[in-house]
Amino acid sequence: MTRLGRFVRGLVGVLVTVGALEALAHAHLASEENFPPASKVLSRAAELAGDHDFVFVQVKATVEAWGLGMLLAIVIAVPLGLLFGTVPIVNTAARALVEFLRPIPSVALIPLVGLILGAGLEMKVTLICYAAVWPVLFNTLYGLRDVDPLAKETLRAFGFGPLAILWRAVLPAAAPFIYTGIRLSASIALILAVGTEVLSGFGDGLGNYIGQAGISLGGTEEVLAGTVWAGCLGLLVNVLLMLGERRLFHWHFREGRS
Amino acid sequence: MTAVAYGRPRRGIAWRALRAVLERWLVFVLAAGAWEWGARAAHDTFFPPPSKIVQRMHHMWFSAGADRFFLTKEATGNIFPSLARMAVAFVLSAIIGAVLGMLLGRSERVYAYVDPVFQFARAIPPPALVPLFMVLMHIGSPMQVVSIVFSAVWPVLINTADGARTVDPLQIESARVFRLSPLARLGRLIIPSALPKIFAGLRLSLSLSLILMVFSELLPGTRNGLGFELSNAQAGTDLPTVWAIVVLLGIFGYVLNAVLTAVERRALAWHLAARRIEI
Repeated sequence: MTRLGRFVRGLVGVLVTVGALEALAHAHLASEENFPPASKVLSRAAELAGDHDFVFVQVKATVEAWGLGMLLAIVIAVPLGLLFGTVPIVNTAARALVEFLRPIPSVALIPLVGLILGAGLEMKVTLICYAAVWPVLFNTLYGLRDVDPLAKETLRAFGFGPLAILWRAVLPAAAPFIYTGIRLSASIALILAVGTEVLSGFGDGLGNYIGQAGISLGGTEEVLAGTVWAGCLGLLVNVLLMLGERRLFHWHFREGRS
Repeated sequence: MTAVAYGRPRRGIAWRALRAVLERWLVFVLAAGAWEWGARAAHDTFFPPPSKIVQRMHHMWFSAGADRFFLTKEATGNIFPSLARMAVAFVLSAIIGAVLGMLLGRSERVYAYVDPVFQFARAIPPPALVPLFMVLMHIGSPMQVVSIVFSAVWPVLINTADGARTVDPLQIESARVFRLSPLARLGRLIIPSALPKIFAGLRLSLSLSLILMVFSELLPGTRNGLGFELSNAQAGTDLPTVWAIVVLLGIFGYVLNAVLTAVERRALAWHLAARRIEI
């Protein structure tokens, strides 16, 4: 299928979906308050894009917390992964601790961290960081197993020290895997950012906006308009990280195919 | 075994087993001990000692008589509904995701039509949708199950479609040469070769189900479940109970993942064996 064919078909799919939602709303299966037509939702969403408070306070708060949490998670997880992956004794010793902490569903920590830190940026960043650390850590470990031993031995034979080997052979080979981990973490971090905001009730954020609209009377239109932007935010993050992956590591994927 | 290979003196099996246990659990035990000691010394209400958390878990859930299998009312009234919601939602997502994924994966045309819509739906952070489901369906188990399914279905769907799309063309050709019926082709070729990817999707779905199960129960208006207990304990600043629930959920996460891994290993035994031969 050509690129154009795919684009046209995708466009048709989107239009049909929007049309179906519109028709469903006009069939009055539910009251318009509970199930507003797509045209109204989309025009409200377009209005929100020009709303200064919505863009530069609510959405900005969410993106800020997400970015800080991701950054912190990367700064913690990558060195930790390198340590675990290169020093076997540390790996076996810390394994039980990691296996105990990892399965705790991050959302369950919202009430706990909320009690300890109080609602706010600190709490959001802590939770986002906790949830985002695991995929990065495990993908770093996974990537270290993929390092070519011959490259390491060659550098060693030329008299490079362990740190130089880490920098010149290990890190470049593991980088595509680390990046995949970051990409996986990004969407989980967004779940935590929005989830914490929906629950916290006050403060700024896209999740706060949606949560507040959800409990106000006849707020479905607002909820849906907010959700449209939440989806766009998620999509933007996905697409940007995907493009970045293709640009940065095209050599890796080309090799992987063969 | 490596000890033998490197010519170290051989020691007894008991010694080696002890060493393995020590290496694996020493840091964990030390960390728990340090926490216990530190928490007792500091008397911090936010970080109760582990012994107190375990005590609370026992008292809250497992202190009833043997006739009730030691499960208290608190346990049967909250743990069971939570697990039931999660199980129903996970099975539904697995079935819907696998069936739709198969259809989409085998037809490039259909895939092109729905791809953008699905990519968008998948990109919405699920907690943003929960307030919507609350307005549309009112709070309760059906609404919670729908919330979980709506987030857990995507990894299975996308992975299944991916797996079904990337079947080895040579094998498809062979199936055609042997005149396999479409049904036999599906059962003998397409499903088996997509299975590793399907399981990768299931693993992601499982952890998403657990996260969304807790999230949908944390919302104001729920009447039972572990998330409900959790938000109650939060409202009463009952830290030991909050910690107890967090630990229990961690145990569930671990056990469920272990079960899925065991099933995967059984189902994919042939796949792993085939790969080993290839190498």
